[in-house]
Amino acid sequence: MQVNEIEKKEYTPLIVAFCCNWCSYAGADLAGSSRLNYPANVKIIRVPCSCRVNPLFILRAFQRGADGVIMCGCHPGDCHYSTGNYYARRRMTLLFSMLDYLGIERARTRVEWVSAAEGAKFAAVMNEFAETINRLGENRKLRDLRCEK
Amino acid sequence: MQKIGVFVCWCGSNIAATVDVAAVVEALKKQPGVVYATDYQYMCSASGQNLIKDAIKEYGLTGVVVCSCSPRMHEATFRKTVQAAGLNPYMLEIANIREQCSWIHKDIKEGTEKAIILGAAAIAKVQLNAPLYSQTSPVVKRALVIGGGIAGIQTALDIADAGFEVDIVEKKPTIGGKMSQLDKTFPTLDCAACILTPKMVDAGAHEKINLYTYCEVEKVEGFVGNFSVTIKQKPRYIDATKCTGCGACVEKCPSKKTPNEFNMGLDNRTAIYIPFAQAVPKLAVIDKDACIHFKNGKCGLCVRTCEAGAINYDQTEEFITREYGAIVVATGFNQIKPTNFDEYLYNQSKDVVTSLEFERIMNAAGPTKGHLVRPSNGKQPKNIVFVQCVGSRGTSCRDKSYCSKICCMYTAKHAMLVKDHHPEIDVTVFYIDVRTPGKNFDEFYRRAVEQYGVHYIKGMVGKVEEADGTLKVQASDLLDNRQILMDADMVVLAAAIEPDPTARSIATMLTASMDTNDFFTEAHAKLRPVESPTAGIFLSGVCQGPKDIPETVAQASAAAAKVIGLLAKDHLLCNACVAHSDETLCNGCSQCANVCAYGAITYEDRLVMDKGVRETRRVAVVNEAICQGCGACTVTCPSGAMDLRGFANNQIMAEVDAICK
Amino acid sequence: MAVDKETILRISGVNPRQCMKCGKCSGTCPAYNEMEYHPHQFVSMVENGNLEPLLKSESLYLCLSCMACVQRCPRQVAPGKLVEAVRLAVVRQQNMDHLVPDQIPAMLDPELPQQAIVSAFRKYKK
Repeated sequence: MQVNEIEKKEYTPLIVAFCCNWCSYAGADLAGSSRLNYPANVKIIRVPCSCRVNPLFILRAFQRGADGVIMCGCHPGDCHYSTGNYYARRRMTLLFSMLDYLGIERARTRVEWVSAAEGAKFAAVMNEFAETINRLGENRKLRDLRCEK
Repeated sequence: MQKIGVFVCWCGSNIAATVDVAAVVEALKKQPGVVYATDYQYMCSASGQNLIKDAIKEYGLTGVVVCSCSPRMHEATFRKTVQAAGLNPYMLEIANIREQCSWIHKDIKEGTEKAIILGAAAIAKVQLNAPLYSQTSPVVKRALVIGGGIAGIQTALDIADAGFEVDIVEKKPTIGGKMSQLDKTFPTLDCAACILTPKMVDAGAHEKINLYTYCEVEKVEGFVGNFSVTIKQKPRYIDATKCTGCGACVEKCPSKKTPNEFNMGLDNRTAIYIPFAQAVPKLAVIDKDACIHFKNGKCGLCVRTCEAGAINYDQTEEFITREYGAIVVATGFNQIKPTNFDEYLYNQSKDVVTSLEFERIMNAAGPTKGHLVRPSNGKQPKNIVFVQCVGSRGTSCRDKSYCSKICCMYTAKHAMLVKDHHPEIDVTVFYIDVRTPGKNFDEFYRRAVEQYGVHYIKGMVGKVEEADGTLKVQASDLLDNRQILMDADMVVLAAAIEPDPTARSIATMLTASMDTNDFFTEAHAKLRPVESPTAGIFLSGVCQGPKDIPETVAQASAAAAKVIGLLAKDHLLCNACVAHSDETLCNGCSQCANVCAYGAITYEDRLVMDKGVRETRRVAVVNEAICQGCGACTVTCPSGAMDLRGFANNQIMAEVDAICK
Repeated sequence: MAVDKETILRISGVNPRQCMKCGKCSGTCPAYNEMEYHPHQFVSMVENGNLEPLLKSESLYLCLSCMACVQRCPRQVAPGKLVEAVRLAVVRQQNMDHLVPDQIPAMLDPELPQQAIVSAFRKYKK
C-alpha cells in the first residue's frame, strides 16, 4: 500500500547543490548561457571550494526538508586551491557511509566533479539527480518536523 | 538588523522574459530586513548603478542584494558601486537569477518562484554579512628567475631593464641552457651562439642582474610579494673572485676521461673544466667525482698551474637566503634518451644519434669541429636518415602523449644544412605529419624539399639493423604503399622533449600545479598563459609546454611584463574573504594547519580570557596575506573556532534555511 | 557473410580509432611483401568497415603473428590482433566449408613459416 497517494502527486522534490566557485559554479553558469535546461527545484549555493562544504551543511539541508543534496567541485587534481577537493572527497565518503548506516538512501547524496567547461555535464548531472530524487520520493527520515511551520 | 535594499535586474528580456520581475520585487519586499526593493532594465548600466547609489543614501541601506546575472560576471562591478555610495563592498550579495534561473527555465511561474527563493537566500546571507577589509602586504622589489636558459635570460633582462633587481639561479656552471648547444636556428638559420652569447654577456654584466650559477633552489617560503628562498651554492672548488677563466688548469688536468655533457657525451672533458668557450660566468669548475685529488689526495696539478691561486679543494656547500617579490620558473627541457626504443638501435650503434647530438656534430665548436662525420669511424656519411616523432605522440609507456612541436622544424633545418654543406649526401626524412605552424615555417620546410631535394617519406621507420658497417633501415612508405629497405650511414632520431627532472621538486616547493606530463599549468589556458595559478609565480619557456625559440622569447618577455606589473606596486591588496580563528574556542590541535595548502596558519601562545580565567593558550593564527580563502580549515576544525569571512558557517546555513523554507 | 566491424572489434579488443596513421606497423612487418593488405591497411579497412576484401584475402594466413607491430605501435592499436581477429572470424563461420582438406597441399608455401605453428609458439611460450 502506497503512503499518501495524494500528497505524492503534488510532490516536487527540493534539491540543494553546493558548487565550488572556480569550476562547478562556472560550469552551472555555462549550462545557463548554453540554455541547457534542468529542473527549477535545483538550487545552487556558491562556496569558494568544495572543501568549504561542512558535512553539517548537508545534514542541515536534510533537516530543513531538502530531498537531495549534491556537492560539485573541480575534478581531482584541478582544484583551484590545489588539494581542497581531496579533503571534500574524503569528508563526503565518511558522511555518506554514516548516512548509509542511518538508513538514508545512498542516492539522496552525491558528489560530482564538474569543470568550468562542462556546462553540458552540469545540466545532465542535475537532470539525472532530480530524476533519481523524484523516484526516491520525499525525504521523511531526516526531516525535522519542528522546523516546519 | 540590516537595512537591506533589493535590486532586481531585467537584463533586457534575458531575465524579464521568464521571470516576473515585479512579482519578485513584491515578494522580496516582505523578507525580513528589506526596506527597499525595485527593478530596473539594466542594473549594471550607469543609470542602474546610480539607482543603487541613490537608494543607499536615501534609505540608509546597510546591505544590498542585486538579483541579476552570475556574480562571476558583475560582482566586482556592484561592489564598486556600493563602495562609491559609502558602503563596505562586502555588504553586497548577488542572487544569480539569469544563468541559474531565467536562462534554464521556460515556465514563468517556475522561474519566478525560483528567483524569489534565490533572492531570499541572498537576503538571508546579507543579514549576516559584516564589513570586510583587505589586508595589504608589502612587495619585495626583487625577482627570482629559476633557470638560466634563453627563457630565463630574456625574462631577467626585461625585468632588470625596467629597473628591478633580478637573481638567476642556474644549476649548471654557466647560463645559456639548451640554446647554447645549438648550431643554427630555424627558420632564418642564424647561428645560435651569435644571437645568444651577447644576451648571456648582457645578463652577466647587467648591474641589476645577479647570477647564481651552479646553484639550486633548496627551499621556498612565503607568498606573493614576500617569498623567502634558500639557494644552495654547490662547491666549484674554485674561488670565483680569483679565477680569470684562462683555462691553463684545464690544459694541465690529467683526468681526461669524463664524458663531456656539453657535447652530449660525444667527446671527453677533463675533471677541471670550463663548460664551453663562451660560458658566463667564465669560471672553471672541478668535477669532484672525476678529480684525482678527491680520489687519492694526490695530483694537485691545477693548484700548481693556477697563477691566480683560485683552486680551493676545501670549498663546501653554501646556503644563501634571499627575499623576492616574484618568482619566474624557466626550468626548460631535456631531450629524452631513446634507450627504450630497441628498434632504432640507439644503444647498439654509434651512428644512431639524437638530434641534439647531431646538433653538436654539426656545430663548428663541437667534437668534430663541425665536420659531418660518422661517430663510428670518422668518415663522411653517404646517406642520412632522419626519423621524426620518436617518443612523441604515443600512448604506450615509453612515449610522451604530446607533440614535441620543435622536431619538424629542426629536422628540416638539419636536412637543409646537410644538403647545403654536402649536396652529395642523400638525405631522407621519415615523417608522420609535418607540422609547421609558424611565421615562415612552412616556406622553410618547402625549401628543404624543393630547393635542396630532401626526400620526405610519409611513414615510420619500423626497425634499424646494423650489417657490414652500415645501417639497414626498414620503413613503410604509406603513399607508395610499399615497404622500404634502405642503407644509411647515420640515423638521426628526433626524440621527444620532456620537462627538466628538477621541475617537479620546484613545483612542489612553489605549490605551483603541473599537468600529468610535468609541464607547469598556466592560470588560464588562453587568457593568463604566463602565470601559474599560484599567485606570484610566473612561467617562462618550455617548462610550461613545448615551444621553439621565438615563442620562448615571447613568453619570457610576457612573464617579465607580468613581474614588472607586480613589482611596480608598493603594496598588494590581499583577499578579504579569509579564514580567522576564534582564540577562545581554539584548542591548538593543529588540524587546520595540516590541511592548509598554503601554510597560512601558525600557532602562537596567547593570553586568553575564558570564563573569567586568564590563561596562556596555544592558538591558531591565520596570516591573512597568505590565506586564499578556500575554507578547508573551517571544516576540519573540531572545536568550531575556525570560520571563513564572507562564507561563514552561519551565512551558508542561513542560505540553506532560506532555500529549504 | 555475417561478420561485421563490431564482431572484429569485440574479438580483438582493439580500437582502430586510436591509430594516427604513422605506418610503423607496416614499417616493421617482416611479411610485408608477401601480404596483399598490409598491417596499416588492416587497421583502416576495419575502421572503415571494409571487411569483405580482408575476409577473402590470403594476407590473413601470411601474417606471422610475430606481433612486432603490436609491440612497436606508438598508439597501442595492435594491428596484429586485428589480423588475428579477422582470421578467427573467418574460422568461426560455420557451415561455410571455406577450407577443403584436399586443397591444403596446394596452398602450402614452403618459403614461409606456417602461421599456425608460429602462432602456437607464441601462445604457449610460457
